[in-house]
Amino acid sequence: MAIFETINLKVPMKILVCISNVPDTTSKINFTDGDTKFDTNGVQFVINPNDEFGLTRAMWFKEKQGATVHVATVGGAQTEPTIRKALAIGADEAIRVNAEPTDGFFVAKQLAEVVKNGEYDLVIAGRESIDYNGGMVPGILATLLDMNFVNTCIGLEVDGNTATALREIDGGKEKLSTSLPLVIGGQKGLVQESDLRIPNMRGIMMARQKALNVVEPVEASQPTQDQKFEKPAPKGPVKLVDADNVGELVNLLHNEAKVI
Amino acid sequence: MSVLVYTESEKGKFKKSAFEVASYAYKVAQDLGTSVTAVAFNANDEASLGNYGVSKVLKISNDQLGTFNAKAYADALTQAAEAEGAKVIILSSSADTKFLAPILTAKLSAGYVPNVVAAPDSTSPFVVKRTAFSNKGFAHTEISSDIKIIGVSNNAYGVMENNVSAAVEDFNPSLGDADFTTKSIEVDKVAGKVSIADADIVVSGGRGLKGPENWGMIEELADVLGAATACSKPVSDLGWRPHGEHVGQTGKPVASNLYIAIGISGAIQHLAGVSSSKTKVVINNDPEAPFFKAADYGIVGDAFEVVPKLIEKLKEFKAQNA
Ligand SMILES: Cc1cc2nc3c(=O)[nH]c(=O)nc-3n(C[C@H](O)[C@H](O)[C@H](O)COP(=O)(O)OP(=O)(O)OC[C@H]3O[C@@H](n4cnc5c(N)ncnc54)[C@H](O)[C@@H]3O)c2cc1C
Ligand SMILES: Nc1ncnc2c1ncn2[C@@H]1O[C@H](COP(=O)(O)O)[C@@H](O)[C@H]1O
Repeated sequence: MAIFETINLKVPMKILVCISNVPDTTSKINFTDGDTKFDTNGVQFVINPNDEFGLTRAMWFKEKQGATVHVATVGGAQTEPTIRKALAIGADEAIRVNAEPTDGFFVAKQLAEVVKNGEYDLVIAGRESIDYNGGMVPGILATLLDMNFVNTCIGLEVDGNTATALREIDGGKEKLSTSLPLVIGGQKGLVQESDLRIPNMRGIMMARQKALNVVEPVEASQPTQDQKFEKPAPKGPVKLVDADNVGELVNLLHNEAKVI
Repeated sequence: MSVLVYTESEKGKFKKSAFEVASYAYKVAQDLGTSVTAVAFNANDEASLGNYGVSKVLKISNDQLGTFNAKAYADALTQAAEAEGAKVIILSSSADTKFLAPILTAKLSAGYVPNVVAAPDSTSPFVVKRTAFSNKGFAHTEISSDIKIIGVSNNAYGVMENNVSAAVEDFNPSLGDADFTTKSIEVDKVAGKVSIADADIVVSGGRGLKGPENWGMIEELADVLGAATACSKPVSDLGWRPHGEHVGQTGKPVASNLYIAIGISGAIQHLAGVSSSKTKVVINNDPEAPFFKAADYGIVGDAFEVVPKLIEKLKEFKAQNA
């Protein structure tokens, strides 16, 4: 057996990118049904920006290290255009767990099942979804599966079974060493804005041929429920200070706003 | 049955957010008819937590925990929650806390709600108000699990003094190799600089500043105010400023008392990330810039003229109020 230990067998990684389907960042937010539901009327849905950075990093692992890249989402049939876009960008296969993602714990349980069945070495999720902003799915997922976890990940290198990750901390960065299997909560930095890819015609055509497997959810509890939504109170008009009278601003910030 | 609170410290000194989460925990404990137990890792002056309503401090002194480690800290907090029989756990919204909270959530099979901006609407059922849709809305969320974890947004509840006497007890969580499978190799932090997350005041520059060579006045303004510096997304994408300074929907959230936006147009993605700031000031030479609709105070003018004047006036103000 000793011989095997000395050979560093580099099996190509299997990566799962978790994609959440979210309103485009320019969306105006409204609620319906007595403020109990998000109003999807006229809203354009996209790949969660944090997940797009992750997906693009996964493409790098595919092209440079021969990784296989699958994407998964927990959501209804209406999310399929978003996953197709991920396939058009270059993911090899997609999985959709057919359930409404109303609670982070519930979503993590569903994804845990996908990861177990697919035996992924690396799971790339985002720091947070820009809709419900839970920022909890990747960490719960990692812990349920006893995988390593790095959050707010802004850089990732994998060599064999070891991984070096860069994480954003308050006021700086931290470099971490860890090992596969690993889950990250990624964000801009994993790749830069200019590395993002717009799917081309060929990619879109190829995506039609790729598998999009729909699976039914497993039983899981939902420890949180959104009861009601509300929009921020409308803002009063801005108080303008003349550019020649900057001292007045200092006065207002001190005496009126009391912030200095 | 106490309410457990994780009080963060840096180099032994409690962060302001530690006092804020302790204050919040005291409010919840009052509502539930119980008391607050804090967990402090390698901190000094634990008894000071009593000023904010903490009755008992579980003091962890462990060199292995000298550098933050999400998994190990989450494990220690899990053991503390179990030892105390805690049903409600209160956390902050720092990057470290948001790293460990989901781990803790899974370990305790809890319900976790982050970005909470107010005391609970009610404790039976347990409903809290949090931001959603990148600050474009709020949700009132019920937590129905036995154990509940609440992440309080910075600066949302405030620091409240409630003097109780805090009993400090040593607590020794049992940790093993499995807690340290992810290791910190290097921390890169500019010494003496306030972080955006911890700052009371944030001074932020946009593309209107034309180039990185013009950031001297932004830094000077921040310096006078004891503020953190931030920037809009294109500014970091262009490499004028480090990515860590990018604020907004896809960058860092800002929840400071004062946010000063200079040469920033006020795109919806930018505003979404900074709208939790209490007072917003905009300096922009275009009176039609959308930021004026979202700000409390504004100056229509050329930043290159206004900012140096503002620095000068603030220096005078400081000299008078020193
Ligand atoms: C998916 C997505 C996510 C995004 N996320 C974010 C985000 O998180 N954060 C973010 O900031 N942006 C984000 N954006 C970008 C956003 O849409 C805007 O493009 C960006 O915020 C504009 O930055 P700016 O205000 O610095 O630049 P500009 O829009 O170019 O505005 C510059 C402003 O400076 C003013 N100005 C010019 N000269 C002067 C002068 N001499 N004195 C004073 N004022 C002057 C101009 O009047 C103008 O209003 C995102 C975009 C997308 C598509
Ligand atoms: N419904 C979902 N389907 C797949 N992945 C998800 C879903 N919701 C969240 N995620 C992943 O978890 C990350 C953090 O999301 P959240 O915890 O919802 O803020 C996202 O960036 C995704 O990578």
